[in-house]
Amino acid sequence: MDRRKSIKTLLVGAVSTGVLVEACKPEDKKAVLNDANAQVYTLNRMKEEEEHYKEVVSKTFFNDHEMATITVLADIIIPKDEVSGSASDAKVPEFIEFIVKDMPGHQTPMRGGLRWLDIQCIKQFGKPFVDCTHDQQIQMVDQIAYPKKAKPDMHQGVAFFNLMRNLTATGFYTSEIGVKDVGYVGNTPNQWNGVPDDVLKQYGLAYTEKELKECVSFDKKV
Amino acid sequence: MGDLQVKKQPKQYDAVIVGSGAGGGMAAYVLANAGLKVCLLEAGPMFDPAKDSCQLKNPWESPRRGASTKYRPFGDFDGCYWGWEIDGEPYTNSGDTKWEWWRARMLGGRTNHWGRISLRFGPKDFKRRSIDGLGDDWPIGYEDIKPYYDKIDRLLGVFGTNEGLENDPDGIFLPPPKPRLHELFIKRAATSIGIPVIPSRLSILTKKINDDRGQCFFCAQCGRSCKVYGDFSSSSCLVIPAIKTGNLDLVTNAMAREVLTNKEGLATGISYINKDDMQEYQVSGRTVILAASACESARLLLNSKSPRHPNGLANSSNVVGKYLHDSTGADMGGIIPELFDRKRYNEDGVGGMHVYTPWWLDNKKLDFPRGYHIEYGGGFGMPLYGFSWGIENLNGTYKIKGKQKEAGGYGASLKEDYRYFFGAHVGMAGRGEAIAREDNYCEIDPNVVDKFGIPVLRFHTKYSDYEIKQAKHMKETFAEILHAMGAVITWGGDDGPENNYGLHNPGNIIHEAGTVRMGNDPKRSALNKFSQAHDCKNLFCVDGGPFVSQADKNITWTILALSMRTSEYIVDEMKKRNI
Repeated sequence: MDRRKSIKTLLVGAVSTGVLVEACKPEDKKAVLNDANAQVYTLNRMKEEEEHYKEVVSKTFFNDHEMATITVLADIIIPKDEVSGSASDAKVPEFIEFIVKDMPGHQTPMRGGLRWLDIQCIKQFGKPFVDCTHDQQIQMVDQIAYPKKAKPDMHQGVAFFNLMRNLTATGFYTSEIGVKDVGYVGNTPNQWNGVPDDVLKQYGLAYTEKELKECVSFDKKV
Repeated sequence: MGDLQVKKQPKQYDAVIVGSGAGGGMAAYVLANAGLKVCLLEAGPMFDPAKDSCQLKNPWESPRRGASTKYRPFGDFDGCYWGWEIDGEPYTNSGDTKWEWWRARMLGGRTNHWGRISLRFGPKDFKRRSIDGLGDDWPIGYEDIKPYYDKIDRLLGVFGTNEGLENDPDGIFLPPPKPRLHELFIKRAATSIGIPVIPSRLSILTKKINDDRGQCFFCAQCGRSCKVYGDFSSSSCLVIPAIKTGNLDLVTNAMAREVLTNKEGLATGISYINKDDMQEYQVSGRTVILAASACESARLLLNSKSPRHPNGLANSSNVVGKYLHDSTGADMGGIIPELFDRKRYNEDGVGGMHVYTPWWLDNKKLDFPRGYHIEYGGGFGMPLYGFSWGIENLNGTYKIKGKQKEAGGYGASLKEDYRYFFGAHVGMAGRGEAIAREDNYCEIDPNVVDKFGIPVLRFHTKYSDYEIKQAKHMKETFAEILHAMGAVITWGGDDGPENNYGLHNPGNIIHEAGTVRMGNDPKRSALNKFSQAHDCKNLFCVDGGPFVSQADKNITWTILALSMRTSEYIVDEMKKRNI
C-alpha cells in the first residue's frame, strides 16, 4: 500500500515498528468495520436517512495506525479517573471514525493532523507517536495542548489537538459513561416543581407569591 | 415512464387541502368535524408522534450523538423531516439575496418540532400602518380574531399568565411551569434594568385537557414531538383526530403541482405527483384550500396559469409572492460564573423557556418602527454533539475550584473542567417584526424546475435600516441583561455594522409570511378578510400566506386562529350555497 510505503520512506532508517507494519492488514480493517457496525440504532428514520447511514458505515476511513494513534490521544485527553472511565472505555475512537465519515469536513484536519503529529515525533524521538514511550507522548502533547503558550511552529499541532480534544470530549460526554460523569440527570418523566429549596437558598433567590400562586406545582411526596 | 398518464380520483370531495401543518391541519379538523368530505394532500410521509418520535432517546442512541444532518438540520432526534435543503427540490436566490427557506415534508409539517411559542397578536399588530405609516393595516382587527384565539386556547391548550398587557392579550391559560435557576437569574437581572420578564406562553399541557392527550412529563424534548401528545402538533392534535371522524382521506407523499380550474375560472381540484409511484394524479373538490406554507402556496398559485388566470391563480392584483417577510433574529450568549460547580438536579422542564420578555418599549422614542420579544435558554441541557466544544477558550479564563489553569490541557484536570462549567451557560434570542415590503418577494424562476418538473421559486429580499437598527438594539439589550446578571459574554458579542449586528439571514427564523396577503382592495391583495381569493371564490389560503404583517409574535397561533375562522366561514358559505 502506498500509504505505508510513504511512511516507511519518511522513517529513513528509523526502525519500522509493529503498529505501522500491522496497520494495513486487510483483516484488521474488517475488524474495525464490524466493530463500528456492532451497535444497532433504533431511531425513527425516513428512507433517505437510512440510505445515507448505510452508505456512511459501508466505508472505513481511518487505517489501523491512525485508529491506534486516535485511541492513545483520546485516552490522554480523557483518562480513567476516580469518577469515570476513559475515552476508549466509552468507545470514543469508534465515534470519531463514524463522525468524520458523517461530517467529511473533519477528515483532512484529522488525517493531516495525525500525520503532522507522527512527523513531529519522528523528528523529536525518531518514532511515530504510538511507538514513543508514554513520557515522550506526554512531552509531545504538552507542546500542543496549551494554545496560549505553544511555540509558533507548533500552531498546526495546536489546531489539531483542539479538534481532537473537542471530538474526544463530545464523544465521551454523550456516551453513557460520560453523561453520568458530568451529572446530567434528566431525560426521564418527572414533575417539575421548581428549583430545589436548598439551591434557591444557596443563591439568595425565592419564588414570588405570584409565581407560587400561578405556576403548576406537584405534591412533593408523590 | 413509458405510459405517463394522469389518474383521476373518482371521488368528489367538498374540500381538497394542500399541506398538513398548522393551517391545513386546522382546516381538515374543522371541516371533517362539520361532516364535509375532505381530502388532505401532504408532500411527505405519514408521521405519528406516538410511534415515530425520538423522545427520551439518549445521546448515545444516535450514531452522530444528536448532530444535525441535511435531513434533520435541528439535530438527529428532531421531529422534522428535511429543512434547509431537500434532495431534488431546489430554489434559487437572485443576486445577493440570502433567503433561507425551511421546508418540512411530513404529516404535521413543521409543527412536529416547533418551539410551541403561542402568542396572540395584539390590537396594535393588526393596525400598524395607522400607527407608524409603514406597510398596511389588516382588513380585520383583534376583535375579529379573539373568539378564535379563545377557541384554540381551549381546544389545543396553552400555558401562560394573564398580565393585562395592552398588546400581548390575555388568554385562556393553563398554569405555567416555575422558572428554572438561570431563568430566575435572568428575571432578577432584567427587571432590575426595567426589562419585564413574564411566564412564557407555550402550547404544552401542564394539565390534562382531554382523554386523547397526555399531560406534559417535563422532558424538555418538544422539538422531537411528543409521544403522549402533551404538546400541540398538527399531526397529533388535528389530523389524526380528524381521520377518526371518517370524513378525511389523507394522501401522503403527494406533491402538489397545480390548482386545477374550469372555464369559469373556479377551482376544481389539485393535480399532484405521487412520490411513491411517480405517477400523476388529480383530485377534485368543491373548494380548494392551500396550506402548503407561505412560499409553497404562492408557488402553487403562480404555477396555476390558465386562460382565465393568465398571471397565475388569484393573482390579478400581481401581489402573490410579494410582501414576503420573516421574523428578524439576533442572539447572544454567556456564562454565569456564579453558577460554576452547580448542584446537579433534573431541570429539564418543558421543551423551551419558562419565561420570556414581551416587547416593552415605545417605538416612537426609538430609531426603528417595530418591536421584538426575547427568548431565553440555558441550564443543564442533555449533552449532545458539540457539548463543551471549545473549552480551550474557557478553562484558562476562570479559576477552577480556586486554581488558575493554563487554557486547553488534557487529562483528569480537563475532566474536572467539563464538570465545573456544566449548566452555567445562558443564551438569549430576539425575535422581531420586519416590515412587509412589496419589493421583498418570491417568483417563479423561469429556468429551473425540481425533480418533478415543477418550476421552482426564486427569491429577492433585502433588509432595510429598520431591521438592522432593531438588531443593534437587541444586541445592546442582551449585553445589558448579561452584564446585570454578572454573566460574561461568550458568543454573539462581536457583531457590528459590518455584519448587520448579527441579524440572521431572512428566512432563517422560519416565520415566513405575507406572500398571499389579505385585504379589502382586490387590486392590492390576493385574498379577502376570510382568506378567500378575490378572483376565485372557492379558493382559500390558510397558512402564513394571508398575513399582512406578522408582529413580533411567532405566527403559528395566529395561523391556527385564522384557519379556524376561514374553515367555519367555508362551512357557512357552503350551507348557504354561496360556494
